[in-house]
Amino acid sequence: MKPTSHAFKENARAALGDVNLQKAMTNLRAGFVERRALMISRLPEWDGLRDEAVAIKRHTLANLDFYLESFERNVIANGGKVHWCRDAAEANATVLAICRDLGAKTVTKGKSMIGEEMAVNEYLELNGMIPVETDLGEYIIQIRHEGPSHIIAPAIHLVKEQIAESFRATHTKLDPKRPLDDARQMCDEARGILRQQFLAADVGITGANFLIAETGSSIIVTNEGNGDLTQTLPRAHIVLASLEKIVPTLEDAATILRLLARSATGQEFSSYTTVSTGPRRPSDIDGPGQYHVVLLDNGRSAMLGTEFEDMLRCIRCAACLNHCPVYEAVGGKSYGWVYPGPMGSVLTPTLVGIEEAGNLPNASTFCGRCESVCPMRIPLPKMMRHWREREFSRHLSPASWRWGLAFWTFFATRPRLYHAASGAAARMLGFFGKRRGRFRSLPLASGWTGSRDMPAPQGRSFHSLWKSRS
Amino acid sequence: MAAENRKPRVALFVTCLADLFRPSVGFAAVKLLEQAGCAVEVPRAQTCCGQPAYNSGDRASAKKIARQVIDAFQDFDYVVAPSGSCTGMIKVHYPALFADEPETLTRAKELAARSYELISFLTDVMKLERVDARFDGTATYHDSCSGLRELGVKAQPRKLLASVKGLTLTEMRDAEICCGFGGTFAVKYGDISGKIASEKCANVEASKAATLLAGDLGCLLNMTGKLKRLGRKTRVWHVAEVLAGMTDGPAIGEPMGEAEGE
Amino acid sequence: MTDARADTLDGIRRALKRGKLDEQAAAPLAARLKAHKRNLIPKRAAGLDHRGQIALFTAMAEGVNATVARVASAQDVPGAVAEYLSRLNLPSRLVVTPDPALDDIPWAKRPLLEIRKGRAEDGDAVGVTACSAAVAETGTLMLHSGPESPTRNNFLPDTHIVVLRANQVAASYEDGFDQLRRKFAKPEGGFSMPRTVNFITGPSRTADIEQRLELGMHGPRRLHIVLIDDGQA
Repeated sequence: MKPTSHAFKENARAALGDVNLQKAMTNLRAGFVERRALMISRLPEWDGLRDEAVAIKRHTLANLDFYLESFERNVIANGGKVHWCRDAAEANATVLAICRDLGAKTVTKGKSMIGEEMAVNEYLELNGMIPVETDLGEYIIQIRHEGPSHIIAPAIHLVKEQIAESFRATHTKLDPKRPLDDARQMCDEARGILRQQFLAADVGITGANFLIAETGSSIIVTNEGNGDLTQTLPRAHIVLASLEKIVPTLEDAATILRLLARSATGQEFSSYTTVSTGPRRPSDIDGPGQYHVVLLDNGRSAMLGTEFEDMLRCIRCAACLNHCPVYEAVGGKSYGWVYPGPMGSVLTPTLVGIEEAGNLPNASTFCGRCESVCPMRIPLPKMMRHWREREFSRHLSPASWRWGLAFWTFFATRPRLYHAASGAAARMLGFFGKRRGRFRSLPLASGWTGSRDMPAPQGRSFHSLWKSRS
Repeated sequence: MAAENRKPRVALFVTCLADLFRPSVGFAAVKLLEQAGCAVEVPRAQTCCGQPAYNSGDRASAKKIARQVIDAFQDFDYVVAPSGSCTGMIKVHYPALFADEPETLTRAKELAARSYELISFLTDVMKLERVDARFDGTATYHDSCSGLRELGVKAQPRKLLASVKGLTLTEMRDAEICCGFGGTFAVKYGDISGKIASEKCANVEASKAATLLAGDLGCLLNMTGKLKRLGRKTRVWHVAEVLAGMTDGPAIGEPMGEAEGE
Repeated sequence: MTDARADTLDGIRRALKRGKLDEQAAAPLAARLKAHKRNLIPKRAAGLDHRGQIALFTAMAEGVNATVARVASAQDVPGAVAEYLSRLNLPSRLVVTPDPALDDIPWAKRPLLEIRKGRAEDGDAVGVTACSAAVAETGTLMLHSGPESPTRNNFLPDTHIVVLRANQVAASYEDGFDQLRRKFAKPEGGFSMPRTVNFITGPSRTADIEQRLELGMHGPRRLHIVLIDDGQA
């Protein structure tokens, strides 16, 4: 997916005026936000589990090479294969080779953000395969040729009328006069269409919420059951996973799983949490004949030992998105790439570069709500600030802002000059503003006064009044 | 720590916004501190806490300003600011800023340990239970993000507001959600900021409170500006002004006639 | 052609500022894997006695739109299944896994139920399986694949009926893992995981259209649990 993060401001402006999107965003609150709070209120051990999860991930990352090698050994012992890939290009080539080897045509897919990073669908299509997204939200955006706007609910930006329209345009063999007024009808339609795809698929690709070193297993978490039909029915199961998905044991996965569904969708546990280990066994009567884990680096190892290492703890729950006032205002597409919201603002510059994605860590009020809800206690605002520091030191921020800041610092480090200037500014702005008490517009401040008034200063600075008092 | 039989010496960190826009907030802070039994001074060599530079990624400038603050405020028992975000900068971020400079770090930590946001200082350190003020009508309180999440300021303003005669405090929906100010964010991403501010104003409106209060001028200027642009009648004060009984003059953003702030 | 595996591992070690861990340094990590120590287990289920866990399991499962019918013994299962199907006006053709755990169910007691033993196919309306454990903490069933328990039987049929015995109810997922480790223990140490272990909590669902919850997206629309008391509850 080609990033448009550089156009964040324009994307956001369009999003603010998008009536359907704004309506859709109001669903976030009653859904994910309130339900998450309810789940947490029912689990007194919540903060203790978070602390353990952080410790597990820190330990794992400090020994990442050991655990990845253990994982690989166990995958192989169970009859599977691990394919190490440095970047998206290698990963895509690997997936294609596996598919070609099997003479595959139809490839069903469970939801995978790594797959989005790789743009694997596009690549497979270019090479003659038919990738079919099976998660309902992913299917909807696939047929609309869009990218996902939320990492858990990819079609959250759409209203049902838009979805019905896309179904009618795509499922052309069905009776055009059929009703598609509610979610039930659309779900049933998608169930029928995609069931045929599950059965026809030659290869099934899933992501992985976890990789388990102890057993050489991968874990996926879904509510629909699409990941299970994707991996069980075809001749091969391909798992797309980035390095940091690994945890040492099944018990370690259970600890983090207790945080995941509650943080993501406000459920105690997702409908289907599935642990997959290797291909079908000789005595099994179903299951894929091959099990491949595509282990993707794509910049992860480069984050180790840097000020962005904590981002490797992210479990992709999207709680930060759901609680972010900026995300709620502009939706996921504004961020211009795979990962939106606060986690996207930290991760995207790592993966596509700060020159492309500089707007993202800047478009934050640092309210800190994201960090407070993150199950993995990731200091998101701190890392966004680190990006701003890197931008500043590389002179990537606009010159006008650098000058403004230098101007401010010059005065702020010279109190006598500062007080004289603020005294003068208070008088001037106070004079012009006192009749109405506020300004509808101010030079150099159209970013502010475009959408709100500026209250006028009272007319004298505090320091000048304090001085004259004593 | 203050000696048993002398008043605590409190240095007021006025904040750049109170200094320029609304000195009455500074004077309300002085009045509250003196009423609570403190001896208040205002070190002259103060300008800004350095947050704008810090949040823009300019650590060098932030450090310069921070060193100035550390120097100016070194001899006092406490440093108190009518602002959660400035206090958060001093308490939480100064130590982070100087993590790589051991000597200054020591001084920064020492300063952090005696720096407080105004309202929580009054309740938590001076053990103030109530104020002697009157304010007739309904009010709702916005929890500024830094004060809430960096400093844990939540119950304290509500406790003191509960003691104000005539005031009925009504909670608005999503009081803890950001108002959209975020410092330079409000100008750099003005339309997003404006949208977030609209949401906040909708919640203020829905609370049916006649008055909006908060403990940070950045938030207050932002919310007032939006309320006025939307034509709302809600009056906006800094919580210190209400607690100090200094609400006779114009509220934030109201016409000031001939009178000047004091 | 450079080796991606070596490159990746080298990159990790460079970032961690060390070389490959020698045997001595790796020993505690290997021990950690071998010990698979439990982390914090919530008291919610673990703090209850077995009867309490059964009651909790039932409540949690019902809370996620599963239905639970309690019967005294395996003898009563055919009747409970027939009653459920007729109450909901569902077809009486069942595909039942060839699982020995279901051998003691006298299906002949309800001759109107048409039973086919084997792998489920698309179009099967009702599937019956056993399970390996039930986790009281969240009302979750644990099932695993095997020659007598094909995974697709948990997902293809419209209605999934699970026969659960009271003594299979445990507190936590960790209890389930330990059960797998015992069941599939290898003589030389360690254990061999089955191809698939499913943790199922309620029927299939989605909220992808305007956040409206709908049951039965790709997996079963209904999950019905027949809980055999066996004198335990």
